[in-house]
Amino acid sequence: MTTALIAEDEPLLAAALRHELMQAWPELQIAASVGDGLSAVREALRLTPDVLFFDIRMPGQSGLDAAVELADAWPQDTPFPALVFVTAYDRYAVQAFEARAVDYLVKPVQPERLRKTVDRLRQALQQRAAPAAPPMLEQALEQLRRLVQAPGLRPTKPLAATPLTVIQVSSGNQIHMVPLGEVLYFEAADKYLRVLTARQEHLIRTPLKDLLAQLDPAVFWQVHRGTVVRASAIESAVRDEAGRLQLQLRERPERLAVSRIYAPLFKAM
Amino acid sequence: MRIVWIDMLRHLLQTVAFCLAISAIQYAFRPEQAYSVPLTYSLCIGVLTWAFIDIGRHLFTSSAGTGWPTGWRGFALPAGGIALGFVLGALLADRWTGLSTWNSGSTQLRISIGITLLAGTAGTYYFHSRGKSAWLEARMAEEQAQATEARLRLLESQLEPHMLFNTLANLRVLVATDPARAQAMLDHLIAYLRATLGASRSTLHPLANEFARLADYLALMAVRMGPRLQYRLDLPDALGAVPMPPLLLQPLVENAITHGLEPQVAGGSVTVQARLLPDGGQGPRLQLCVHDTGAGPGAALGTAGTRFGLRQVRERLATLYGATATLELIAASAGGTSATVTFPLKPHDHRPDRRG
Repeated sequence: MTTALIAEDEPLLAAALRHELMQAWPELQIAASVGDGLSAVREALRLTPDVLFFDIRMPGQSGLDAAVELADAWPQDTPFPALVFVTAYDRYAVQAFEARAVDYLVKPVQPERLRKTVDRLRQALQQRAAPAAPPMLEQALEQLRRLVQAPGLRPTKPLAATPLTVIQVSSGNQIHMVPLGEVLYFEAADKYLRVLTARQEHLIRTPLKDLLAQLDPAVFWQVHRGTVVRASAIESAVRDEAGRLQLQLRERPERLAVSRIYAPLFKAM
Repeated sequence: MRIVWIDMLRHLLQTVAFCLAISAIQYAFRPEQAYSVPLTYSLCIGVLTWAFIDIGRHLFTSSAGTGWPTGWRGFALPAGGIALGFVLGALLADRWTGLSTWNSGSTQLRISIGITLLAGTAGTYYFHSRGKSAWLEARMAEEQAQATEARLRLLESQLEPHMLFNTLANLRVLVATDPARAQAMLDHLIAYLRATLGASRSTLHPLANEFARLADYLALMAVRMGPRLQYRLDLPDALGAVPMPPLLLQPLVENAITHGLEPQVAGGSVTVQARLLPDGGQGPRLQLCVHDTGAGPGAALGTAGTRFGLRQVRERLATLYGATATLELIAASAGGTSATVTFPLKPHDHRPDRRG
C-alpha cells in the first residue's frame, strides 16, 4: 500500500489536493493531512509515508526547511519518501524546481498536471523497490542541497558591503563589545541567538539569517539551520553510529550536530 | 571615464572627412596651389587638434557625466587643443611639404590661423553637442526604466500574486463543493480587485468605504486561513463619513496577516479600530489602529515587502498631511504588533506651505 502525507496550511486546498489525488491515484492512501511545517516533520516521522506533498509557505517552518529537518531525522532502515513541493505563486520557487528537476505542483492544481506527477511518482517508487536502486535519501539530500542554495527560495539577504567586526551585546545598562575574532559559533535559540566564545556565552536578538549576511562564508560555516561555526575552531568531525556528523570544537566541550545537507563540507582533502 | 574606442574611431573618421571638406574649399579658392598642400595642412592640424581635445577630455574628472569637462576647463580644453594642434600640425605639415607656415607672410598666416580657429570651434561644437544629446538620451532612458520599475513594484504590492493565486485555488475548490460560498468569495474578490486597481491615489473616500474594502480582503483571507484567522472591524457610526486616503490601511492589514499571523501555527486575530482623538489645539484628529496577535514586529521589519508597504503609507501621509500625520509601529506587550495612524480630520487645512 502506497501512503502519502499532505502538508498544506489552507484547509480548502488540502481537501482539494486530497480529492484530486483520489481521482488520479485511487490506490494511494492519504495517511494524514497537516497544516504547518512542524507537524509535517512530526507526522512524517510517525507515519513514514512513501510520498510527501509539502506546501512551500507554511506556518511554523517552510516546506523546504521541513524537508531538510526530515532528512536529518529520518530513520536509516526506511527508504526516504518521494518529495513533491506545492506552491501557489513564486517565480523563484518554480525556477528553482525546474532547474533542479525537483517535482512540484502549482496551485490551483490542474488534474492533467497532477496525473503527470502521479506517473512520475509511481515510476520513482517502482525504481526504489529495485535492488540496485540508489538510496532515496541521498537523492533527496542532493536535491535539497541545491534547493537551499537557490536564490530567493529561502529568505536570505545579499552579503553586506561592510563585514562585521564586533558583536554588540546588551547586558543590563551597558553594551558589551565582543570581537568577532573571539566568537567560536552562533546558535539560534528561539527568539535569540547565542554567541559563544571560548569562555563566555552572550545572547543577541539579531536573527541568524540577518547575521549570516554580515559574516565571511569562508570563515564561518553554516552546518545546521540554526548553527554557524568558525571553521578554524573545529577540531574534528566525527560520524556517530546513526551516520550523523558531530563537530568537536578545540576550545569548547559541547558537540555540534551537522545537518545532513551540510555534511559534504567535511571531506578529506 | 572609460574611453570607448569604437566611438573614438568614428570621431577620427568624421574629423578626416571634415578636413577633406575644408581642404577642398581652400583648393577651390586657390587652384594655383597643388591640392596636396591644403590637404596635408588640413589633415595634420585637424587630426592633431581632434586628438588633443577628444583624448584630452578624458583626463578631466569633471567629464565623468557628460563626457566633457565643465566650467573654465570646458573652454580651456578646446582652446589649448586648437592652439597646440595648429602649431604642431603646421610644423608637421611643413616638414612634409617643405614649405614654411611661419615665413609665408602675415596675411597667409592669419588666414591659416583663422581657418584653424573656425574649423576647430565648429568641430568641437559638433562633437560636444552630439555627445551631450547622447548622454541626455541615455539618462532619460535610465530614468524611464526606474519609473517603470517603481510602478511595477507598486502594482505588485497591491496585487500580490501569491495571494491572488491562492485565492483562485480556493475558489476553484468551492465552485465544485459549495457554489453559494464560492459566489460570496468571488464577490469579495471582485470588490477587492476593483478597489485595488481603481483606487485613485489623490482623492479621498469615506472611512466607511475603507472599512468595507478591508472587510472584503479579510473575508477572502478568512476563507483561505479557516479558523486560523479571527478578525474584528470596529468603526463607530459617527465616523463613517470622515474622509481618508483610499486603501491607506490595506498594507498595514496585509502586513498583520502575512508577517504577523501566517508564520504562527495557531494563527491569531486582527483588529482594526477607528476613533476620534480629542482636540489637542490643532483640531480633531482621527486615529486608526491595526492590531494583530501575531509574531511581533521584530521578525517582519527586515523583509523588503514590509518596508515597502510601510514606506508607502508614510509617503502618502506626508504628502497629504505633512508633519501633522504619524505612523507608529509598536510591539504589543502580549505579543503581536500595533500599527497606528493618526492624522487631522481635514487634510487640506494642514498642508505645509508650498515653498521651494
